[in-house]
Amino acid sequence: MKTFLTHMPNSTLTRRSFGASVAASFALVTMARPAFALDDASARALIDRAVGDVHEIINSGRSEAQMLIDFEGIFTRYGDVTTIARTTLGAAARQASASQMSDYTRAFGIYISHKYGRRFREFIGAQIDVTGSRPLKSFYEVRSVAHLQGMAPFELLWYVSGASGRDLFFNIVIEGVDLLNTERVEMGAMLDRRRGDINAFIADLRALG
Amino acid sequence: MQHLPRLFRLAVPLLAASLLLGCAVQQNPSGINDPFEQSNRQTHEFNLALSGALAGMTDGDSDGGAVTKVAANFAANLGLPNKILNSLLQGRIEPAVMNTLRLVVNTTFGVGGLFDAAGTSFDLPEHHTDFGETLYVWGVGEGAYLELPVIGPSTERDAAGKVVDFFLDPLGTVLTVREHNAVRVLRGAGNAAGKLRYAGSINDMLQGSADSYAQARLIYLQNRRFALGATSDEDVFDPYAE
Repeated sequence: MKTFLTHMPNSTLTRRSFGASVAASFALVTMARPAFALDDASARALIDRAVGDVHEIINSGRSEAQMLIDFEGIFTRYGDVTTIARTTLGAAARQASASQMSDYTRAFGIYISHKYGRRFREFIGAQIDVTGSRPLKSFYEVRSVAHLQGMAPFELLWYVSGASGRDLFFNIVIEGVDLLNTERVEMGAMLDRRRGDINAFIADLRALG
Repeated sequence: MQHLPRLFRLAVPLLAASLLLGCAVQQNPSGINDPFEQSNRQTHEFNLALSGALAGMTDGDSDGGAVTKVAANFAANLGLPNKILNSLLQGRIEPAVMNTLRLVVNTTFGVGGLFDAAGTSFDLPEHHTDFGETLYVWGVGEGAYLELPVIGPSTERDAAGKVVDFFLDPLGTVLTVREHNAVRVLRGAGNAAGKLRYAGSINDMLQGSADSYAQARLIYLQNRRFALGATSDEDVFDPYAE
């Protein structure tokens, strides 16, 4: 900021054109990034809905197989699966072709919703209460507390962003352990096992789903 | 003369603590420091086989876990004096008071700690702490990641804390050495029983992983740093900021 200001007198910009360009770039930013529509209340509302759906699934009394399919809906409706998938692939995401990325994203979406679905299934009879939210970096952190039978309640955090154009969660944190990091390590290990062969790795991932 | 062994028992943890304080003080790391990865991985293989065997044992548990739960409660209650002392060493009065109330309630209403009356009827859940946390509060760095046999994931700081906790127990001042050793055995057995209750789900999670060592390491470090309050908003990853 300081460098910008000290360079101003040397700049060819007049005060008026400077003001106009600021206004124009501001308009451009707001147009290009509807992300700024996201606020505390809408981030919280998203997780309220997602948690409501989770409750409905875990208390539906359906079979495990049916519940896992239902959990896919939680991720596709409320989660930014594209960003989660790309992030967890790490550096390999830059080398992958567009079709590999779309195959991977689809396989990852099923894998992650089944994996978390199996964990959430252990929550039968549980109550998850959304307790608050706060802005964090470019997104919002929505706090919830899970009350499980016979266990001390624990904290469940959801990171919600509007950067994709819609309000969607991109990370879940349980007592400090987060989905993005654990899955980045897991995807890296799976890719290493195939010596970086993305197609073979995607086939492995599909088999896990 | 009779007081000599007791003084000695106190001297050991203090010596260990002062040795540690000599270690490099490092503030809240967010990465992974694992120079002993090779030997840690060997220990991990052993632990994985052990937890697989434990999970096999829980499959045959016909009492629905009631006996293991009572054993775990009893062990946890015997562990409270150590936790109270650690909270005090950290200068944290509130958790010390809460755990003291818990100790009183569970020892009386909970029939000598067999039942968790404080947690179920008085809304007094256990406040977990240990000497590893005390070292953190005192400014000792995390050190390298370690996977310990049987115990599992740890760090140099937490492993040192465990050694100190073995000796640092107020129960030792009111019990004879023989009684105290009996308490240690009971605590060990009860904690193992508690571990048994969770062995199944931990086992499922790790067995399914392409690199269970790396998963266990990340989960431990993230969870431990969170529990210690050693994380900051700065370390939170923002995939949209790139």
